[in-house]
Amino acid sequence: MSNEIAILGAGMHPWGKWGHNFVQYGVAAAREALADAGVPWQDVKFVSGGATIRCGYPGFVAGATFAQALGWQGAEVNTSYAACASGSQALAAARNKILSGECEVALVVGADTTPKGFLAPAGGYRPEDPDWVRFYLGITNPTYFALYARRRMDLYGDTLQDFAAVKVKNSLVGSKNPRARYRKCFTAEDVAASAMVADPLRLMDICATSDGGAALIVSSLEYARKIGKGNAPRVAAISTVTPTFASGVLEMPDIATDSAAAAGVEAHAYRSTIPLKAYEEAGIGPEDISLAEVYDLSTALELDWIEDLQLAPRGEAAALLRAGDTALGGKIPINVSGGLACFGEAVPAQALSQICELTWQLRGQAGDRQVQGAKVGITANQGLFGHGSSVIVKK
Amino acid sequence: MSSKPLVPAIEGWHTMEAKPHLIGTQCQDCGTYFFPKQSDYCRNPECESTDFCEVELSRTGKVWSYTNACYKPPAPFVAQEPFVPYAIAGVQLETEQMVILGQVIEGLTVDDLKVGMPMELVLQPLHETDDDIKVTWKWQPLAQ
Repeated sequence: MSNEIAILGAGMHPWGKWGHNFVQYGVAAAREALADAGVPWQDVKFVSGGATIRCGYPGFVAGATFAQALGWQGAEVNTSYAACASGSQALAAARNKILSGECEVALVVGADTTPKGFLAPAGGYRPEDPDWVRFYLGITNPTYFALYARRRMDLYGDTLQDFAAVKVKNSLVGSKNPRARYRKCFTAEDVAASAMVADPLRLMDICATSDGGAALIVSSLEYARKIGKGNAPRVAAISTVTPTFASGVLEMPDIATDSAAAAGVEAHAYRSTIPLKAYEEAGIGPEDISLAEVYDLSTALELDWIEDLQLAPRGEAAALLRAGDTALGGKIPINVSGGLACFGEAVPAQALSQICELTWQLRGQAGDRQVQGAKVGITANQGLFGHGSSVIVKK
Repeated sequence: MSSKPLVPAIEGWHTMEAKPHLIGTQCQDCGTYFFPKQSDYCRNPECESTDFCEVELSRTGKVWSYTNACYKPPAPFVAQEPFVPYAIAGVQLETEQMVILGQVIEGLTVDDLKVGMPMELVLQPLHETDDDIKVTWKWQPLAQ
């Protein structure tokens, strides 16, 4: 039996920094997705929301908040919190509901409004909280991104010019995306002139936090055929696996990795395990991928993801980049939405925005950003506390 | 030089002698180490132990990776004025098979570091209060 569901509609409120109520962004995205799908709101029987933790009670019950805002009509609701993977987990809940036959069509939606500057923990003396500990000792989010970037330089010979080239590539394609927040075409000189934040990463190597909202209308394949959309792109796989002990990579917000000292225990790198289940579930391999949307919290991290998705052997992503293979028109375009470099991160919406981009690409509706002949796309992201996801969308 | 007493910034996480050690725990069943200490349950999925003892961790290891902080972190970090950037390293401990993050001693920059470089643990001030000087662990290149 097929595990596939159809993506009938995709919608996004543009990313930016307006400070409005997050519900407004989610409703706009949901309405665009409904219109795109041609599905009446009253036909949606399940609303699955990605939670935002910075917007009070309405954010904790995002599924219900959006259902009420769109007008209560009796649909069942769910809210998922899984950090950066919240949108994928909300999508997985909708898929379960559809595949179990409990509902035919569902809305998946996430939106956020974010504060400026560093995301800081609560005060006091709280050594039991790893987030408090690392900030007290002077370890911020860019620290972790920079540790990964520096390893690439020392182990594989990546350069600052390579990292800057990721930003230049993503800003060029992102400049063509009306939903992106940053639409200026930056040059390598612009990146080099920006302030060093956490060596080797400069301000322009690191993504911002943004406001935004994204939504999908998903359905059973039968429902899609019934309304004449049997050829709609399909969700072929969703991986939301947790890490395998022992995690050998310093992960935010921890001050130490797991210990792999026990007999029979090996150190694992979580990020590279996330797509494995997705490939297995979809029954395809990296060679089948037409394009990928990956979580470029930093420019260097995009290169890590390319290898984690097995689109290049370990240590060789920069060679693909230098050859132009990861640019629009290249062999395996990465982040043709412009990525986080052009969007900034709106946590509960981000994983869904990746799937929105794949949906438009696979339909051939991506305009100036269109990857010719795109058939299969994959997303990847990782957030705090063992949350990550990878979703495969195919024609 | 201030005459204030030196006290650990985080109580019980390291010893205070000249050649200090971080204090972790070790599962008495499977041998897994924990830092910060974990004494209630073992996180090895093959182990159900609740038996732990405190151990001093190796005070030397090799650089896993490194960076610096060019901007003042938010509270609870207490910054010097003016803010002085500091280097940061994750150091891999051989016996414990784990990587531990910390600042690098004052005066060193990323140019002084390399993945794989041998390092040792020392104590240095993190910040000063009205009553005392809070010290914490930092990494420094191992004297050859």
